Amino acid sequence: MATSQIITVSNLVKDYFMGRQFFRALNGITFSAVKGEFIGFVGPSGSGKTTLLNIIGALDNPTSGEAIVLNKPVSTLHQKEAARLRNDSIGFIFQTYNLLPVYTVYENVEFPLLLLKKGNAEREHAVMQALEWVGLTAKAHSRPNQLSGGESQRVAVARAMVKVPEIVLADEPTANLDAANSHNILTMMQRLNDELKTTFIFATHDEKVISYLHRKIVLNDGRVVDDIMMN
Amino acid sequence: MLTLKLAFRNITHAGLRTWLNVGVLSFAFVLIVLIEGLYDGVLQQVKDDMIDSEIGGGQLWQKEYDPYDPFTLEQSHAQVSAELTQEIMKRNATAVLIASAAIFPRGHIQSALLKGVDPDQKIVRLPAFVLRQHRQTHAIPGLIGARMAKSTGLQIGDVVGVRWRNAHGTFDAGDIEIVQVMTTNVPSIDKDQLWIPLDTLRAMLRMPGEATVITLAKDIARVPAHGPQWIVRDHAYLLKELIENINKKKISSSFMFILLMGMALLAVFDTQVLSIFRRRKEMGTLMALGMTRWDVVGLFTLEGCLLGILAFLAGSLYGIPALAYIAARGITLPQMTSQIGWAIGSTVYPHYGLRLYAVTSLTLFISVIVVSFLPTRRISKLKPTDALRGKLS
Ligand SMILES: Nc1ncnc2c1ncn2[C@@H]1O[C@H](COP(=O)(O)OP(=O)(O)OP(=O)(O)O)[C@@H](O)[C@H]1O
Ligand SMILES: [Mg+2]
Repeated sequence: MATSQIITVSNLVKDYFMGRQFFRALNGITFSAVKGEFIGFVGPSGSGKTTLLNIIGALDNPTSGEAIVLNKPVSTLHQKEAARLRNDSIGFIFQTYNLLPVYTVYENVEFPLLLLKKGNAEREHAVMQALEWVGLTAKAHSRPNQLSGGESQRVAVARAMVKVPEIVLADEPTANLDAANSHNILTMMQRLNDELKTTFIFATHDEKVISYLHRKIVLNDGRVVDDIMMN
Repeated sequence: MLTLKLAFRNITHAGLRTWLNVGVLSFAFVLIVLIEGLYDGVLQQVKDDMIDSEIGGGQLWQKEYDPYDPFTLEQSHAQVSAELTQEIMKRNATAVLIASAAIFPRGHIQSALLKGVDPDQKIVRLPAFVLRQHRQTHAIPGLIGARMAKSTGLQIGDVVGVRWRNAHGTFDAGDIEIVQVMTTNVPSIDKDQLWIPLDTLRAMLRMPGEATVITLAKDIARVPAHGPQWIVRDHAYLLKELIENINKKKISSSFMFILLMGMALLAVFDTQVLSIFRRRKEMGTLMALGMTRWDVVGLFTLEGCLLGILAFLAGSLYGIPALAYIAARGITLPQMTSQIGWAIGSTVYPHYGLRLYAVTSLTLFISVIVVSFLPTRRISKLKPTDALRGKLS
């Protein structure tokens, strides 16, 4: 069991300093996740969801406590090792899609593979596969500004999934989408979770997302107030 | 390699912004090469003119001769040695005798140099042959330049009184008839001087067989034996002042150079600052996708540098034919003489050396790298989370 534990967060504290004041965004978070989970951090605005997700994604450092992600202690990772961890094993999905505007859909999805220095053939195969997962093969040569919001987010999912990472971190992925598109995206992610055993972690307060979750970690004021398995 | 590919993609996809930058940069590049080339062209031309019309393949000066000290003229004459006479006979050299005198054009008194030259000489492009004939048999035939004509008011056919002191210190006087006014680009064979036949001047001064300067033929193989009275003045010595003068002008004109370069670099700097300001979220995304901060710094710097490289390529592409065309056709600059103080032909042919091209390119590259890098330093302190939120701390 311990071997399949891919995220272990213990007693995590994050303070934001503003001049002499500081604000405690996370206040002793403890939880762990195993491979293949479909988890959501839920809670009101300002409860610390994004902050927690960023620390797990090695984009941010905790003030104290530890987050072990894929056997790597995030708080002591050098920025180069952190980049390496994100590159190798973590896919990000953002509320605002964050596609690279000057690249085509294909190039956006290809990008993580370029960073991983994958060969031409392997890249092409993986990109086409990922575009197929999200049903966007036809738009491969479009530019982000030619896509709808739903399509953009599907490209972002393809970009996160193309390298088949261990973990996908999605911060409010449906906040800018309508109901149909939200369900579309969520079904897609659920399927990928099923087929590829990729661990998904959401930060959300969207009921639609919550209805898909297998596990709900409820945050409030930087604390875990509930941790519920759903069926 | 990846960063290079990405940077290239980024700037080519950036479209108009990139091409404007490349346009401005390459234009500055070409213009700088042209301006510098013009200076080098002027220098080349003035040098060639001076060699052709005055100094030939170099000169031998009588050891007391100093063109900046007229008082030395009393002593600066000597017998042309046997060896040198031989060279003159073989048309490898020509003798010039110089003396100071007073002339009286239109009743004024004015000091001038009398320069005796062999009317048959073929060593320099001085129309000395005109001194072979004159109409007023009592007068000495004289040749002056256009500047001298202007400052004295003398014209062809005018007769001007002249007074000089001979080798014994006795004053003597006579008349000079202006048989020709020549136009020359070389002021030092024109201003304040009258050319008369060498033998006549020798007779006037009672200095038979003497000279002040021996000008050597351009194609002379080596400096002939000359004896202790004579000092060799080679091109390096004779052109030194001219080259220094032109270089001084060149430096004072570098204001233009700096302005142009500054303008172009400002465009790149601006693009970089704007780019970094506007693309914070992109930077955050790149970091989330697995790039380090320094990868991002490298990427943005490289984008700026690529602008420099593209500018260099574009500049070479349209600049080389354009500059070559200008070099072949020349540029007509009618007021050049009065404006910059040297005399040059009305058409200047720019002269671009490899050195000029290399130095300009190198300067451009280094400055582009610097202005591309400077604004990116802010990225190196950027936190990925702040970048993703679109903040630049
Ligand atoms: N860089 C920062 N500097 C100061 N305070 C911050 C910073 N980032 C977040 N905070 C604060 O930390 C708290 C938690 O922020 P966080 O973004 O994690 O909340 P969230 O749960 O994601 O909220 P939302 O649902 O609105 O996205 C908030 O009160 C926020 O104001
Ligand atoms: Mg949030």
